[in-house]
Amino acid sequence: MPTEAVSGAQRRFLHRVWLTWAVLACGLAWGFSGLHLDFAYVGQKLPFLLGLTLAPDGFIQGAALTIFVTACAMVLALLVALVTAMGRLSHNPVAFALATFYASLFRGTPLLVQVLIIYLALPQIGIVLGGLSSGLIALALNYGAYLAETIRSGMLAVPAGQREAALALALPRWVITWKITAPQALRLIIPPAGALFVSMLKDSSLVSIMGLWELNFLAQSYARSTYHYMEMLIAAALIYWGLSIGFELVQFRLERRFGKGVAVPGGR
Amino acid sequence: MTQAPLVSLDRVNLWHGPLHALRDVTLDVRAHERVVVCGPSGSGKSTLLRCVNGLQRHDSGRIVVDGTELSDRPEATQAVRREVGMVFQAFNLFPHLTVLENCTLAPLWVRNMPLSQAERNALDFLDRVHVAQHARKYPSQLSGGEQQRVAIARALCLAPKVMLFDEPTSALDPEMIQEVLDIILSLAEGGMTMLCVTHEMGFARRLADRIVFMDHGEIIEQGPPESLFDAPRSDRLKAFLGRLLR
Repeated sequence: MPTEAVSGAQRRFLHRVWLTWAVLACGLAWGFSGLHLDFAYVGQKLPFLLGLTLAPDGFIQGAALTIFVTACAMVLALLVALVTAMGRLSHNPVAFALATFYASLFRGTPLLVQVLIIYLALPQIGIVLGGLSSGLIALALNYGAYLAETIRSGMLAVPAGQREAALALALPRWVITWKITAPQALRLIIPPAGALFVSMLKDSSLVSIMGLWELNFLAQSYARSTYHYMEMLIAAALIYWGLSIGFELVQFRLERRFGKGVAVPGGR
Repeated sequence: MTQAPLVSLDRVNLWHGPLHALRDVTLDVRAHERVVVCGPSGSGKSTLLRCVNGLQRHDSGRIVVDGTELSDRPEATQAVRREVGMVFQAFNLFPHLTVLENCTLAPLWVRNMPLSQAERNALDFLDRVHVAQHARKYPSQLSGGEQQRVAIARALCLAPKVMLFDEPTSALDPEMIQEVLDIILSLAEGGMTMLCVTHEMGFARRLADRIVFMDHGEIIEQGPPESLFDAPRSDRLKAFLGRLLR
C-alpha cells in the first residue's frame, strides 16, 4: 500500500530526528561536564530558580513569576491585538489611523526603551507604575502590535467565498465569525503567534531591571553573590528552554486541532 | 387567478464603478419553473444571481422573493436568504467542518433544529445526492464532483423554495460534470424552482423551461430552449451560438 509506505518512511524519518536530538543533547551535556560545574550549588538554588518557594516579600519568584508575567502579558497582548486588527481592517479612517499609528510606534522602537519609558520616565510626569504593571504594559503593548499584524493577515487569508457561502445560508453574523471565519483564520494565526509567545517568554526577562525576582534576576543575583556565573546562567538558560518547549507543545496541539480538514493524509 | 412569481426582478440596475453590470433587468420566475441564464463571460449572469439573495446590492429597481422585497433592512435580506439556496462555482464548502457538519450548521442556527433532527435531515439529503457514505469525512477528502454534490445537499437542508446555481460545473474535471448535472436534473424533476447559470448548452436544453440570454448586463432574448437555440432572433445570440458551435 502506498499510504503505509509513506507512513513507514515518516516513522523512519522521525526515529532519525529523535536519534540526532539525543546525540546533540549528549554532546551538550558532555561539554558541560568538562566545565567542572558545582552541581551541589545548582541543586541548592534550583527550588528558588524554579519558584517552588515564595520570595521574602511573599510574592512568587523565579520561573513561576516568569510564567505568570508571560501568561498575563499574553492575554493583554491578545486583547490589544484583536482591537488593533479590527481597526486595521476597519473602513473608518480614524480607527484605521489609530491602529496603524500604534502598531508603527511600538514595532518601531526597542522593547527595552519602552520598558524604561514606562517605568522610569512616566513617574517624571506623575504616573508611577509598579514594576510588575510596567512590565506587563510594556510587553502587552509591544507584542500586541506584532500580534495585530499576524491576526489581520490570518483574517484576510480566509477566502471571500467562505463568508459568501455562510451569508447565502442565512447564518447570523456572529455565527459566521465564530464558526466559519475565526477557526479558519486561527489555523493560520497559531504558528506565527506561537513563535511570538515563545519570544515573549524570553523577553519577559526584561522586567528583571525593575527589580522583579523572575528567573533571570535570581540567576544573576545568586551568581553574583558566590561567583557561580556559569552554573546559574546555564541553569536559567535550560529552564527557559524547557518552558519554550512546553509552549511549542501547546502550539503543536492547537495547530493539530485547528488544522482539521486540511491536507488529510491518505485523502484523495 | 395567476400565481405571483416566486422571484421577481423589475428594472434592476447595478454598477461596478463605471461598469453598468445590470441594465434594466426584468425577470420573473414562477414556482416550479426552471430558468437557465446563459451568455458570454462578463455579461452579468453571475451578478444577476448574486443579487437575488442579496450577496450583491442592486442600485435601483425592485427584487421581490417569495413576497419579501430586498431592501436595506437586514431582516429582509435574511428572510430572503432563508428561502433561497445557492450553489457556487468553487463549491465553497467549509474545509474545517465534516461533510455532515457543513450540512447541519445552517439548520441548527437558522431553523433552530435540534441536533439529532438536523443530522437525520442532512443524512437524508446527502443520501439523495449519493454522498451519505462520506458524511464523517472532511471536504478535502472528496473529489470535486462529490464536493459539489455536498454543496447542493447543504443548500437543500434549509428547505429552500428556490435554488440558485452559479456555474455549478465550471470548476469540475470533465468526468465529474455529469454526476452533478444528473443531480440537478433530478431536483428539477422533483419540482424545485431554479435559476441556473451554465455554459453546458446540452444540459441547459434538457433542464430549462426557459432560457434567458444576457449580454453586456442586459437580457437580450428569452424563451423556451427550442425556439431560442434553434431560431435565435437577435444577432448577438446568433453570434454567441455560432462561437459555441465552432
